[in-house]
Amino acid sequence: MALTHAQASGMGGMRGAGDLVARMMMSKKMRINEAKAYVAEKLKIGVQDLTDSVIMTEVRQELGLGQISPLPNNAKGMESKFKIADLLDIDINCVSRFKGMVNM
Amino acid sequence: MGKILTRMGDGSPVEIPEAEIMQDIIDGSTDASERGGIPALNDEEVKYLFDIFKRQDRFVSVQQGNEVVMSYDAGTLKIRRHGLIEERIASLQMYEKFMGADTAELCHVDYSYKPLKPIVAYEQTILEQALLVTHVPLFYGAMPNLGLYSHPDGPFPNPSELMPMGKITEAMESYDLAVEDAVTDILFTAESMIASGADGINLDTVGAAGDADFKAGLIATRKLRDKYPDICIEMGMAGEFVLGMHGSMEYNGRRLAGLYPHQQVKLAQDAGVSIFGPVCNTNTSMSSPWNIARAITFMKECCEVATIPIHVNMGMGVGSVTVNEHPPVDITSRASTAMVELCKLDGL
Repeated sequence: MALTHAQASGMGGMRGAGDLVARMMMSKKMRINEAKAYVAEKLKIGVQDLTDSVIMTEVRQELGLGQISPLPNNAKGMESKFKIADLLDIDINCVSRFKGMVNM
Repeated sequence: MGKILTRMGDGSPVEIPEAEIMQDIIDGSTDASERGGIPALNDEEVKYLFDIFKRQDRFVSVQQGNEVVMSYDAGTLKIRRHGLIEERIASLQMYEKFMGADTAELCHVDYSYKPLKPIVAYEQTILEQALLVTHVPLFYGAMPNLGLYSHPDGPFPNPSELMPMGKITEAMESYDLAVEDAVTDILFTAESMIASGADGINLDTVGAAGDADFKAGLIATRKLRDKYPDICIEMGMAGEFVLGMHGSMEYNGRRLAGLYPHQQVKLAQDAGVSIFGPVCNTNTSMSSPWNIARAITFMKECCEVATIPIHVNMGMGVGSVTVNEHPPVDITSRASTAMVELCKLDGL
């Protein structure tokens, strides 16, 4: 059922920019269109491209935002979230916590 | 006119004449409109729903560009429910890597805030490790579940036993005490998870034990919002209608019993909720066209009055998804598509 929803109407998560749009909803209470426009502008792509897995694979690899299939020497996990926080200009709780733990 | 193959609310397949499909859509919308005191679907929306049922495609979807964000309440619990022998961090990775989840949620199988208190340190450690290796926003979630605060599971007299004895005042006092304890428990776990780096806290299935349950969720949200202005708080509801188990409970001067989604969301916003998850229950005795029209009528109004993102609950048995352990793709995809296209919502 979750997969059915994801295929019928979901943004695709890391296959696209669904996680990034979700972060703007969660951190700034942005509605869907505002959040999509904000993320698209930050990524320098069109709103339609946010759910295009081919375009977003290139964008995510280039910007180090994490990918479904990670490559060696590419940012992943917490490393990616550092970059996402910078790119979207938001505070990500676990990134701030990580910085505190390592005295950054 | 021919017949259309569709389903009943319990998922069983049924062939219904086209004219009856149209009438079911109108009747479902009218039912929601009359109950909620809200507008029914207009002719164009009714026609959209009729057309989506008339299509013979096994699977339908939204138009490109209209996709929305998915949140998954009780995500790691659902992996265990399917009998998969998988630890929770791997479960979260499956959500984001295999399922393309936009967000994910860590939770415990005993999905209530009260029983989490003694084991919260274990939950924090799992969360902290999960956050190192995942990418999508990560919630920690559980239910207020006020049922756990009365005899025989909790410290207070059971209102359901007191009320048949005519002890109405005592029953109401028991609910008042349960609200206080539930708020304390929610705050204890939520604050621990925020300290461990959670992106958001999910108060799920709020109102399951009625108006007192909803009040506990609202008070806890307000307290969390005051302490953490930037943290995400998602509130998912238990049903379309807040049951008046107490009957006189209020929040910000508004009586909670009897509130429908478009009324619930206003209180949620006032309390500081970031994302609201309204519910419309599926009626197993009615057809899927009836259920979808009814659910969309409720959800559309909720989305229109909301100023915060709305993630409509569309799990098994709610949001017109059939009441069946394995909801069929044909109805779930139609419900998903129609809900997003007609309600202009933000997520599911």
